Amino acid sequence: MNRSSMSLSRQRRARKAFRAESAYHATGLAIALFFLAPFAITLLASFRHGTEARLPPLPPWPANGISFDSYRSLDTFGAGVWQHTFNSLLVSLATVALTVAVSVLAGYGFSRYRFPLKNVLFVLIIATLMIPFQSILTPLFIILARLGLNNSLFGLTLVYVTLQLPFSVFMMRNAFDAVPKEIEEAARIDGARDLKLLFRVLMPLVLPGIATVAIFAFLNAWNEFLAALVLLSSNEKYTLPVLMMAVRAGRLGAVNWGAVQAGVAVMTLPCLVVFLLLQRYYMRGLMAGAVK
Amino acid sequence: MAGPGPGKALPMRRRRRRSQWRGLLYIAPAMALVIVFFVMPVLFTGWMSLHNWPLLGSPRWIGFNNYFRMANDARFVSALRFTTYYTVIVTIAIFAVAFPLAIFVEKHRRFVGAYRTIIFLPVVVGLASASLLWVWLANVDSGFIGPALKALGLVEKSPNLLATFDSAFFTIIVMVVWKIAGFTMIILLTGLQAIPSELTEAARIDGAGSWQRFRCLTLPLMRRTIALALIISVTGSILAFDQFYIMTSGGPQNRMISVVYYIFNQSFVSFNLGYRAALSIALLAILVIISVVQLRLLRVGEDRP
Repeated sequence: MNRSSMSLSRQRRARKAFRAESAYHATGLAIALFFLAPFAITLLASFRHGTEARLPPLPPWPANGISFDSYRSLDTFGAGVWQHTFNSLLVSLATVALTVAVSVLAGYGFSRYRFPLKNVLFVLIIATLMIPFQSILTPLFIILARLGLNNSLFGLTLVYVTLQLPFSVFMMRNAFDAVPKEIEEAARIDGARDLKLLFRVLMPLVLPGIATVAIFAFLNAWNEFLAALVLLSSNEKYTLPVLMMAVRAGRLGAVNWGAVQAGVAVMTLPCLVVFLLLQRYYMRGLMAGAVK
Repeated sequence: MAGPGPGKALPMRRRRRRSQWRGLLYIAPAMALVIVFFVMPVLFTGWMSLHNWPLLGSPRWIGFNNYFRMANDARFVSALRFTTYYTVIVTIAIFAVAFPLAIFVEKHRRFVGAYRTIIFLPVVVGLASASLLWVWLANVDSGFIGPALKALGLVEKSPNLLATFDSAFFTIIVMVVWKIAGFTMIILLTGLQAIPSELTEAARIDGAGSWQRFRCLTLPLMRRTIALALIISVTGSILAFDQFYIMTSGGPQNRMISVVYYIFNQSFVSFNLGYRAALSIALLAILVIISVVQLRLLRVGEDRP
């Protein structure tokens, strides 16, 4: 009697737990659907036939067979989608390389050396975070022109690197701070000095920090819109987001929505892939920013 | 710098000075970039703001006239008002979504990692891409939202979401929440996870209900995190540009011109560079004030954990 009532209550509790679990995951699926659906709908719709581009994506998958018409029509804008993808990639990868190089050196300098005005200079770099770059675009435009870097992808890259510096230098200084001094001293006794010490011995130890800095540099440079819109003036130099303005404006008052879908796919997929592959390092950077 | 390394015979002081200069050498590239592409432009902006600065021709010193003009510029005032309105509404919307999400993904259950990742996905794509995506979804004839509502029989005719101020504003808010909520969620999650579970357990044993626990325990303990998330959301929203430029081109009757959008128009459409610089300084001042308030808020959070 007693025993059966106990098992009954246990059964009831198990059923209740199961129901709570189901409700939890039903909610979870609904949430996931909301956040995933826009990507899925766009990606699937971009493979419909060109004749369907004007029609709403109902159903949101290519019901009449897969076609690359949307990507072909995207290619007719600007200097062709390959050129603009190449521009975006070039700027993003150059931003990554330069940001890593400059912030590793600066992080090492701030972490290991003492020099006059050290704290003032560090605060100066971090303080640029407070100032929105949107407010200094005109002088940037003029300064780049004076340097002969107006309408140049390299000039844009330098601006992007500068925008990445506060976060990156902060990250790299902390990464070097976390390396025990003993390792450095041991290497010094073995005859490694300065740059050799930095590259041979310390670099592998701060690699996770470098990965974090690189991911943020890539995503921010790849996605940036306003500075590229302002600083690039000739068609063949446009990065993808600026090219998409021509697509968005349309021709003769008609927007080719197929090309918009294809463009969104081309712009978002690299970000999603990079994030999913290197999520751990991305989250580390986010946490470091949130906690500090 | 060349030559043999510092030998033992080298006096201590000289050696230290050498190492001092070496430190400066390491940070030199970073400093050069920050000075050329940040400090100089900021100073230059201040200098320009005191001039009548046409695109062509020589600038003329006019003192603080640009600033006086700003106070009487009805369109700037309305841009400020719109930006404030947007910032308040979008911040409330983001928190209303992100807080429940953070509580949702804090539990240790199966698939919770997948949920976190999926919710976070829109954060890593650009705001420009997200705006483009949603301007298509919201399109009246070729999009998804309107036609889908019609197909479900919820409306008679597909609504043109971007045609009126209210529906366009609502669409942009939904887009931004979709794009940003995951970010705020992760920030809030770090705060939630920092609360010792013994505390909530003790409160539960003392008979505090779940709402009571949330209000009297969770919220006060998360002050610092909430302040941080709030500041990031507010500063980001004040600088909003992409979504208005791409989705509504300034909106029905030019009612969606944000401050950054207005500054953009002044310099790259009207070529009013001196006035633009004064507007930029105003924007810069607003953000610096917010950052200072932020530091205050965070410090207050430290005193009373």
